[in-house]
This record gives sequence, C-alpha cells and structure tokens, in this order.
Amino acid sequence: MDKVMSNKKMIALYVLPALALVLALIYVPIVLTGYYGLMKWDGIGAMEFIGLDNYSRLVQDSAFWQSAYHAFLLAAFSALSLIAYLAIALVLSGEIKGANLLRKIYLIPMLLSSVAIAQLWLKIYHPTNGVINSLLASLGFTGTIEWLADTKIVLLAIFIPIIWQYAGFYILIYYAALKNIPTSLVEAARIDGANPLQIAFRVKIPLILSVTKVTIVLAIVGSLKYFDLIYVMTDGGPNGASEVMASYMYHQAFRSFDFGYGSAIGFFLLLICLVVTWLIRKLTDSEEIQYS
Amino acid sequence: MAQSLAAQRLPAHASHRPIGSRIGMSLLYILLAIIAVIQVFPLIWLLFFSLKDNQEVFNLSPFALPTDPKWENYAKVWTEGNISQYFFNSVWYTVAAVVLTVLLASLVTFALTRMNWKLKKPVLGLFMVGIMIPIHSTLIPLFQMFMKINLTDHPLSIILTYTAFNLPLTIMILLGFYQTLPREVEEAAVMDGCSVNRIFFQIILPMTSSVIATTVIINMIYNWNEFVFVNTFISSDGLKTLTVGIQNFIGQYTTDWGAIGATLMISILPILIVFFILSNRIMEGMTAGSVKG
Repeated sequence: MDKVMSNKKMIALYVLPALALVLALIYVPIVLTGYYGLMKWDGIGAMEFIGLDNYSRLVQDSAFWQSAYHAFLLAAFSALSLIAYLAIALVLSGEIKGANLLRKIYLIPMLLSSVAIAQLWLKIYHPTNGVINSLLASLGFTGTIEWLADTKIVLLAIFIPIIWQYAGFYILIYYAALKNIPTSLVEAARIDGANPLQIAFRVKIPLILSVTKVTIVLAIVGSLKYFDLIYVMTDGGPNGASEVMASYMYHQAFRSFDFGYGSAIGFFLLLICLVVTWLIRKLTDSEEIQYS
Repeated sequence: MAQSLAAQRLPAHASHRPIGSRIGMSLLYILLAIIAVIQVFPLIWLLFFSLKDNQEVFNLSPFALPTDPKWENYAKVWTEGNISQYFFNSVWYTVAAVVLTVLLASLVTFALTRMNWKLKKPVLGLFMVGIMIPIHSTLIPLFQMFMKINLTDHPLSIILTYTAFNLPLTIMILLGFYQTLPREVEEAAVMDGCSVNRIFFQIILPMTSSVIATTVIINMIYNWNEFVFVNTFISSDGLKTLTVGIQNFIGQYTTDWGAIGATLMISILPILIVFFILSNRIMEGMTAGSVKG
C-alpha cells in the first residue's frame, strides 16, 4: 500500500500540472504586479525604475481616493444588507411552505453574467422607457430622473443591481447553515419557553457565527474588488462619480497605457484585500461554539 | 415517511395558533413573495421587450405585453450579428476549461488525500490562498506574459486562465468529498497489484461522479459568465465570447431594444435551462464553495 501510494513520480505527475498553472498564472503575476509598480512603463517600450514614485503619486491622487471611497461605500452597503439576508433566511428556514422554491427563485440573478445584468439594468434605468421611471410616473411623479447620468445618485443606482445580483447567494448560504443546526437544540429552547425571536438571537445566530464571518469577508472583499457591472453600466462615469478601485486601475493601464501606475494600484488593491480579510477575521475572532 | 407525516401535521398545527400569529405569517409570506417578484420581474420584462419592435417599445407602456411576439428578433441577431460565433466560442472555451479544471483538480485532490508525501500542507495552502487573490491584481502581468509568448488573442490564454483561477475552488469542493470516501476499496486494489493510475481512473474517479457533477456545473457557470479576461486578452471579433461579444454588439444597436433583448436572452438561456434541471447541484456547489472558506 505505502509503496504504491508513495511513488514520487506518480505524485509529481498528479500534482505538478495544476500547481504549475496556479503558480504561473496567479502567483507569478502577483509578484510581477509588485515589480511593475516600481516602474515607469507604457506597456510597450522600455521600463524605467522609479522606486516608490507610483505609490507616492497614488497617495496624492484624489481621483484614486475617490474610487477607493466608492468601493468602501459599496462594502459597507453590502455588509449592512447581510442583516436583511440573514433575517430572510431565518424566516425561510422556519415553517415556510415553498421555502425551497423561493430560495431557488432568489438565486436566479446570481447565475447570470454581470454583463447581461448590467445591460438589462441599463434598460430598467432608461429615463423615458425604463421600468423605474414609468413606475414613478404612474405613481404621479412628474420629473424624469437620469439615474446613471446624475453624479449624485449614480452610485446608489449602481449598488441596487449589485445587491439584486448577490442577495440570493447570501440567503442560500445562511439558509443552508441554519438548516444544519440540529433540530433538538431548537426544540429544547422551545420547550424551555423561548419565543421565535429569542430562539433566533440566542440559539440560531450564535450557532452559525462561523458562516456569518465567511459571508462578511466575502461581501466586503468582493465589494472592494468589484468591477464588471460598473465597467459595463457607467464605465466609472459620469466624471468618475461611480469609479471604483478596480475600474480605476483598468483605466490607468488599458486606456491611459500607464502600466506602471496601473500595476501599483493593482498591488495596492491586493494588499487592501488581504489586510481587510485579516482584520475581519481578527475582529470577529471568538470562541467557536460547538453543537455537541 | 416520518417527514411526510410531519408535513401533514404542520397545517393543523398552524391553524390552532392565535390570530395575531397567523396575520404575522401571512405578512411574512407576502414579504417573501414580493422579494421573489423583485428577483424575477426584470427577467420577465427582458423576455417581453426581446419580443417587441421599436414601435412597441417607444410608443407603448414598458409594462405592455408583446401582443404580436417578434420572434424574428432572435433570428435576426443570430444570423446578422456574430452572435452565433460568440455562442460557439463560449461553448468551446467553457467545455475545454471545465474538463481541464475538473481533471487536474481531481488528480491533485487524489494526491492530497490518498498519497503519501511531505509537501502536502504548503501545496494545499498555495491552492487555498489562491481563492483570495483578486483577479485584477494579476491582469496587467498576465496580459504582458501572454503578449510575450504570443498567446494574446488566442483561445489558450482564456482556457488556461479560467483553469488556473477555478482550480482552488474546485479542489476545495472535491476535498470535502474525498475525505469521506472509504479507504478499504483502494487498499484491496493495491493488494491486487493495481497501479496508481488504475486506482484513480477506474475506482476513485467513478466513485466521485456526484461531486464532479457539482464542480462541473459551478465551473460552467463561472466560465460562461466570465468577462474581464476575454475583454482584456482577446481582440479579434471572431474569438470573443458571448459576454464580451454582446457588449460590442449592443454598442452598435443601442436603439434597437428588441435586438438587444434577444441577444441578452440568448446569452442567459443556457444557464437558466441548466439551473431548472440541476438547481439542487448548483445550490450545493455554491454553498460548499463558501461555507468552508
């Protein structure tokens, strides 16, 4: 047994192809991003080493900080909406008929490409023929709201489809975790006279704490690096009002051909994501509760 | 049996509740139904305007039903634009990357859970940390690397990046299943003198078919919907996938809502059909991928 299963050649043959791909296409690029970030480079010509100039430029670049502010705003918005998803999942996992069908329906937007969702919502927000303004008009509202052209509301208009896209995913995760709680624990609390709210707050939510942590990380880090839908719907506009870090990086590199500066932003984005992940884990660190 | 009995008892149980609680339940159902409508209505509306012509879109209410469905919108975008080409590209990139990802991930997971070697922990760590890396931080170097080896504007650049970026999640889903597989079968196989390849391909791989189905579907959805890599690495129209292709196509037909709607419907239908058939597997894969994180 041991001899067959310790064959070094076979192990290499099984592990190396996947390992090589992940190293070459994920880890090497990360190191290179850090390296390019120290260069002045248009992507085609020769590189010129400029030390930390790109980073000092980054620190002073108000357009970047505006995009970072938008990304953090989205992160806060996504994290807060987790409360609503948890509440919905708590209701769904109770004695609700058709809960299985409902969570499937909620999940549908999550399966679609961000490009399709973005194109669809461009039409939903259409000033004259879109659903939202028509609905407002039928309610007696007269003005025409330019959802995606108004710098004051464009960010909110972008957040709504993102929430719409991901809601079903988080509800599904909470639902699965809640269904995993042994019924005997909930029954015991009920026999002791706990009402549904008490059961939710004292029994169910503490028991799914580890899943809640994962969703907080997913929602916040996912928001910080968000790109697709914003790129298609507004391309960061109008006038940078819906720009986020990833779209700003993309514009610097692939539009302005400032690959050095773009790389610095990309590396900074990676650091932010790692630090935030570590911070959330640290802040939410607590004794794990066991079912037993 | 026990479950069906419990299900029958529930309504009777509910009707004995005080009236306040029953009103509360009804409100909850209404709330849940409203959320369901919000989640689905935009797609139904999309189906409607994909069947309208411009006269209906711009002169009638957006909520009007398409009285005389214009199926020709679908025929038009399929033949006039490059939509059929994009569709074909999406299919083959997706299939190639899914096969490669699931095969490589199965090999690694087998070696990680069944074979004896020293570097298991760091290698597993490398794969798991890969899940957290934002793809945008790798985009510029990847573009440069593919340029250098003449792989930009080449299907391989897409298939390989899809595979690399989906391997960590796929391995994570497979790991949970491999750890529950009994070892007796392979022990017997080793006694009988089977080679590692035979054990893997003829014994283990067939035993994991259910979890493989889950990873195939999750990979399929991710690859089908992917946008940034194709948008960055591919420049020839003939090599683009649906997500990037429809973006260009719609740019040219901004005022033809029927054509846009039909294009979007064509791009989302394959995923919706798969979801209606295999929704439980998809939900299983999505929760497995995150709950363990």
